[in-house]
Parts: sequence; C-alpha cells; structure tokens
Amino acid sequence: MSKHTAKEVLLNPVFANNPIGLQILGICSALAVTSNLKTALVMSIALTLVTGFSNLFIAAIRAQIPGSIRMIVQMVIIASLVIVVDQVLRAFAYSLAKQLSVFVGLIITNCIVMGRAEAFAMQNPPWISFLDGIGNGLGYSAMLITLGVFRELFGAGKLMGIEILPLAKDGGWYVPNGMLLLPPSAFFLIGLIIWALRTWRVEQKEKPAFRMANQVVDKEAY
Amino acid sequence: MEHYLSLFVRSVFIENMALSFFLGMCSFIAISKKVETAIGLGIAVVVVQLITVPANNLAYTYLLREGALAWAGLPDVDLSFLGLLTYIGVIAAIVQILEMLLDKYVPSLYNALGIFLPLITVNCVIMAGSLFMVERDYNFGESVVYGLGSGFSWALAIALLAGIREKLKYSDVPEGLQGLGITFITIGLMSLGFMSFSGIQL
Repeated sequence: MSKHTAKEVLLNPVFANNPIGLQILGICSALAVTSNLKTALVMSIALTLVTGFSNLFIAAIRAQIPGSIRMIVQMVIIASLVIVVDQVLRAFAYSLAKQLSVFVGLIITNCIVMGRAEAFAMQNPPWISFLDGIGNGLGYSAMLITLGVFRELFGAGKLMGIEILPLAKDGGWYVPNGMLLLPPSAFFLIGLIIWALRTWRVEQKEKPAFRMANQVVDKEAY
Repeated sequence: MEHYLSLFVRSVFIENMALSFFLGMCSFIAISKKVETAIGLGIAVVVVQLITVPANNLAYTYLLREGALAWAGLPDVDLSFLGLLTYIGVIAAIVQILEMLLDKYVPSLYNALGIFLPLITVNCVIMAGSLFMVERDYNFGESVVYGLGSGFSWALAIALLAGIREKLKYSDVPEGLQGLGITFITIGLMSLGFMSFSGIQL
C-alpha cells in the first residue's frame, strides 16, 4: 500500500475513479446545492477541506485507534471539522450559509468522507492520506461544479449571479429552461454525465443483468 | 389535528426526502435492486427516524438552545454550535441500542433488519431529519409527525424505485448507460412525477 504516488492519489479520483460517477458515494447531501454555481463552489471547497483534514488527522492517529471503536473516533473527528466549517461560514458568509441550510451539516454523513477515512487513511501515512482526501474532494467538486455551471447557465442564463445569456424577458434572446433549476434535472444530468464518462472510459461499464436474445422470426408464422 | 395531518402529507409527498432533497442517495441506489430488501430498509428508516427526530428535538430544546439550560441555573449558555456533534451522537447511540434491544427481544425482526440497522447511522435522511427539525423550529408534537412523515417518504420512494428496477432489468439499455446511469434517469423521472404534488397548498 505504500506505493501510492502523490500525483496518482490526487488525480485518479477526478476522472478514472470519480467518487460520484463510479463509487456512488456522497451524492446524498450535495445535489440540492447545484442549482447555482456559487453554492456548488462553496460546498465543494467545504467538502474538499473536510475530507483532506479528516484523512490527515485519522491517518496521524491510526495506530492508536482501537478497531472496535474506530467508527466513533472517525465520526467525532469529522463532526468537529464540520462544526468548524459551519461556524466559519456563519461568521463570514451568513447569507450563503442560510442558503446551504442543512447541507453543510450533512457533510458529516457524506459517504465520501467516511469512506476515504475507512478505506485509505486507516492504512496510510498522514501526508499521502491528506492528498488522497483532497483528490477525492476534487473529484466530487468536478462533478458538482459541472452540474452547477450547467444548471445555472442554461436554467437562469447567469453564472455566479452575473448575466451571461441575456434573457428574452429582459429584451435579450435566450429563453431559459426553468426545469434545469428543479430537482429532477440534477438526476438526469448526472445520468448523462455517467453515460459520457463511461463511453470515454470503457472499463467502467457495468455488465447488464440479462442479455436480450436476438429476435427470432419464424417465417412459417406469416 | 389538521395541522399535524397537513405536516405529515407535506413531508411525505411535497418535501419527499429522496426525490426532492436528494437525501440518502447512497443506500437509495445501492439497496434498491430488490423490492423485499428495499422495503426492509424502508421500515428500518421509518422506525429510526420516528425515534431520533423527537429525541434530538428534546436534546435541542433542553440542552443546546440559547437559554435552554435555564433549568440548570445557566440561562446565558448557548451550546447550539455543538448541535451537529450531539445529533450524530444521539443517532449513533439510538441505533446501537435499538439493535441490541431487537436482538434480545424480537430476534425475528432483528434478523430481517439486521444488516440494515448499522447502515442507517450514516444515512443522510436520519441526520437531515434532525437538522430540518431544528431549522424549522418544530415543537415536540410536530417533530414526532415530521419524523414519521419524512421516514415514510423515503421508504415510499425506495420501494417504488425497487419495483421499477426489478422490471427494468429485462429492458435493453444502451451499454454505457447500464446500471448506474439508467438508475439516475429513472430517479429523475420519478422526481418529475413527484413535482406534480408541489402545487398542493396545505
């Protein structure tokens, strides 16, 4: 396990082993914040930092954690980090914190954080674990920011609140697709992104549970 | 009574945990391949949610809220920043206790739910239930109803999705969309269906 290189742990999760696209981790708390780019960006930064530092701390004390209570120890470390993030957001960006509402708190139960702590940080030294956490955070951020850009640009014609495509109702030419701001579109977009990702990286495809037999036409029946 | 009823309906249909807040997605997708297991997990979530939301409501009202410690002679103490840590602690403890109680007294139910119970601790639905309860300032009665409603909304969604996926495995899906991709599109369509409830005024 010691042959992970820094570049590998940092970049692999972004495309080759994307935590959302392939491992189905951490979609839980995050999709609701992607209807505009700003909240998606803040959420990405928060999660990347929490994953990185929780990996760092857990890896640093991994030899001292008894196996039977490791979940609780991990939970306490993660929850404390999330409290710090939450308090910082409330202090410096109150309106944004209100918009994100419960979703910052839900980073605690985000499977990416817990999953990386359990799968990587428990077996590896602190520095490489920290990079692994950041890498997975970046993979998550890549997905979130793509969604955020897509939904805000085509749903409201804006990016970060600045008008990019002039709306038809204000005398411009762009008629926004309001559905992109609603929850279902996030699911569709993720489905399509996964499709694109798997067409590009063929090894990620899943085997179908059944294979349809070719249709047999019996000439006699006509 | 009417107030509670409308809160229940709202939390089941309009503010569906899985389909309009994207919560509990990990297990929602991972454990929805079969209707039976999906219903098992759904029931477990309802039970845990029904207990943890009111429990966290009590913890919030009597321990954490600003001025909540007045009964202990500490009227100026505001512990609400410890909220996140407390809720997750309460949830983990309750799930653990529930697991031990079921093992001792109702072994048949324990065997049916066994593998799902520990998973529930890290299910976002449970945590989100408590956080929404705090954010919306529900009182104790409302928190019981909300716990039941939000748990049931998730159970309903996962049972429906499992039903669809059982049928879906016989269909001819394009290769790259196989598995995860088509599941997301299905959930999107279901979510679109549930959007139609959002016009209801209660």
